Amino acid sequence: MGQEDALLSIEHLSKEYYGNIVLRDVSFDLKAGEILGLVGENGAGKTTLMSVLFGMTVISETGGYKGSVRIDGEEAKFGSPFDALDAGLGMVHQEFSLIPGFSTMENIVLNRETMKASLLNDVFGDRMSLLDRAAMRQRAASAISKLGVTLDTDMLVADMPVGHKEFTEIAREINREKTRLLILDEPTAVLTESEAKILLKALRNLAGQGIAIIFISHRLQEIVEIADRIVVLRDGTVVKDTVNESLSIKDIASWMVGRSVSVDRKQDGAGRSFGEDILQVDGLWVDMPGEPVCDVSFSVRSGEIFGIGGLAGQGKVGIPNGIMGLFPAGGSVRYRKKEVPLNSPRAVLEMGIASVSEDRRGVGLLLDESLEWNIAFTAMQIQEKYLKFRLGGLIKYRDEAGMRALTAEYIDLLDIKCTSPKQKVKQLSGGNQQKICLAKAFAMKPDLLFVSEPTRGIDVGAKKLVLDTLRRYNAENGTTIVMISSELDELRSICDRVAIVNEGRIAGILQPSADVADFGLMMSGVAPESSDAQETAHV
Amino acid sequence: MSSIKQYLADFGWPRIIIFFFLLSLFVAAPFFGVRLDNSLADVLNRFGQNGIFVLAMVPMIQSGCGLNFGLSLGIIAGLIGALLSIQAGLVGALGFAGAIAMAAPFAVLFGWAYGRILNKVKGEEMTIAMYVGFASVMFMCIMWIILPFDSPTMIWGYGGKGLRTTISLESFYKRVLNDFLAIRMTPSAIIPTGELLFFSLCIYLMWSFLRTKTGTAMTAVGSNPDFARASGVSTDRMRTLSVIISTFLGAVGILVYQQSYGFLQLYTAPLQMPFAAVAAILIGGASVNKGSMLNVVVGTFLFQGLLTMTPSVINSALQTDMSEVIRLIVSNGIIIYALTRKLKVTK
Repeated sequence: MGQEDALLSIEHLSKEYYGNIVLRDVSFDLKAGEILGLVGENGAGKTTLMSVLFGMTVISETGGYKGSVRIDGEEAKFGSPFDALDAGLGMVHQEFSLIPGFSTMENIVLNRETMKASLLNDVFGDRMSLLDRAAMRQRAASAISKLGVTLDTDMLVADMPVGHKEFTEIAREINREKTRLLILDEPTAVLTESEAKILLKALRNLAGQGIAIIFISHRLQEIVEIADRIVVLRDGTVVKDTVNESLSIKDIASWMVGRSVSVDRKQDGAGRSFGEDILQVDGLWVDMPGEPVCDVSFSVRSGEIFGIGGLAGQGKVGIPNGIMGLFPAGGSVRYRKKEVPLNSPRAVLEMGIASVSEDRRGVGLLLDESLEWNIAFTAMQIQEKYLKFRLGGLIKYRDEAGMRALTAEYIDLLDIKCTSPKQKVKQLSGGNQQKICLAKAFAMKPDLLFVSEPTRGIDVGAKKLVLDTLRRYNAENGTTIVMISSELDELRSICDRVAIVNEGRIAGILQPSADVADFGLMMSGVAPESSDAQETAHV
Repeated sequence: MSSIKQYLADFGWPRIIIFFFLLSLFVAAPFFGVRLDNSLADVLNRFGQNGIFVLAMVPMIQSGCGLNFGLSLGIIAGLIGALLSIQAGLVGALGFAGAIAMAAPFAVLFGWAYGRILNKVKGEEMTIAMYVGFASVMFMCIMWIILPFDSPTMIWGYGGKGLRTTISLESFYKRVLNDFLAIRMTPSAIIPTGELLFFSLCIYLMWSFLRTKTGTAMTAVGSNPDFARASGVSTDRMRTLSVIISTFLGAVGILVYQQSYGFLQLYTAPLQMPFAAVAAILIGGASVNKGSMLNVVVGTFLFQGLLTMTPSVINSALQTDMSEVIRLIVSNGIIIYALTRKLKVTK
């Protein structure tokens, strides 16, 4: 730590958001010309670390950080990203920040254009200078040549393939004369394999010219290929900081997923019996922004708890949303030998399939309404429960007493903390809101239940209660549950089988008892070596 | 003590302040020579006369379409119904009922088309609604001239073509509701019992509608459209239905208004009517996404009370005739005030 020649050194960095620790005593150095591979699961603290480095205002707004960031041995405290830029940091984000209607050259030199004086300067000052297009083109070309790729400087960004956009972004960052440290956040996520190869080559080229690079990716293959050193973050701590020498992907995967402690499994797969396949998904695609599903096939047995895991953005959440008809979807979904009509939420609900949305506040709840409304609404609309019929069914009034009884039942069953069943749901804590979402789904008495991210954003105690409830509900009612979660531990603790989704496809289906490293590998898009634990995707 | 505070906070300070201002106007009135009994009867009459317009705001608020600035469309449907009823020569209660019945199909048709438009501009409903209202009023200005009505009471005396700007309902259904069971308090002050009863009936029907399965779904759509969709409710259908109901109530509203006023006003008369209704429901404490029957009643009473009392008391106090100016300042001022107070929905 704190070597003399370090370009960047991070020492004992800690950061918490409202008492929730996201970075804990993180330390590492980076030398000029070195490529550092930074890996970690979602929520490991990568983004927060980069925000601290780059002086994002969200950090100072939430109380700053502890520890220090040194550049060339001098303490650096950036008040804003502009300070970071001045200090020679460059960042390429996962999402492109380019102007589509501008050419490559214009994007690269944007706001740092070369000017030439014009007559109007004398009257109106520098704002009336003209652009020196020839010089700009030359600067852009030199930045591109540093990358070692060929790009047309006059092509509009809108007309470019994604790979070229990525290169334009990088070229923009290195066009700044001072740029010495480049941070790339998942640069290859949108690239094809061949484009990614070119990018890696370009990065090595840059490193050769003395620019230090922090490379964040979940594609471990690339990390192993390019990085000089690898830092693994897990739950906000650096669990491994090692030179990239004879490391296997499997090692990195198990560091990343970690928690080699045996998972607390209350039930054993052996003691459980399942019926025939109840749900068959074949070639499903879902157009859900941020979570696209390309081609997913799997089947779920009756009475089973089926887990779907994977990293964020890989499409796991898209699967239930597509089947429930909330996002445009295609392919074939069969439930109890009947075709499930896609893109029609009502038809799916009528078949006895219910879901708990991952977007609790956005989709899952009526925040401005009472507990009673939230719990009874879907069952009322779909199954005509909790209604009183007048004039021979012509008029259907809400059955307030029935709704109250139902709510009281679930408040009791799920231990929902509230002042009264009339309380507005927005006043409840996250954990209790999640219980309301579950109660809403249970009130439908579903045969098949999709549960997405049931424990996101709730505290440990509530997590356990939610998981226990799901397990108990499955055991007592024989309800088939498909649970989607980012937390592998959780999936392994209650599911009978776990499918891992990568890049919109099922990478494989594992027994929960399988080696942690195998899960980690699948999440990174690599087929595990020990294939004995893996079942085929089509069971 | 704290429970009283809580109650006041729930009721809302703006309403309490306006209530006391209104009360002070009533107290001040006799000192400026304004008769109290007449004022009270006036306020009650205008309350029943305008209440249904305010009630018409509720379904669209509940379904998340915002305030119905395009209520003029419903008013036009009502006017068409009224003209058809006169043309058919229906008089008295039959004339009034006939006007409602004949306005209904137009209201449903207009409401459906208007709803389709609003579904295409989610998030911008209120702006678009205002222009739909304005445009339709102007379009009808042409139609009133060329539509082939020929009952002598409604066409221009000269030329024998085109509808008049004001048509007297004297021989048709003037005060048909107002005079039903009317109570004479003092020789010059009459309580329009029938009108108030009709308003109460409409409120009761709306209240029970919001308690039905469909009404519940409508409220859920306004509260969180994504939730409603995930629960299998078609948000577009619910929104269209709410617009249709609102438009129909606008049609009923203008018929109630006319029978009390005694005249049928065409051309640009419906242009500004939605604003008064919007102001009233906002004063009543409704937000852009939540409105209740209590909001309607309290809002209509306070707004119409202010509108009746402020000009007459101030006119008498200042000894000038500025009633129209003051009326405009008061009503538009209240709209501005109310729109800045609108409560945001939780997301």
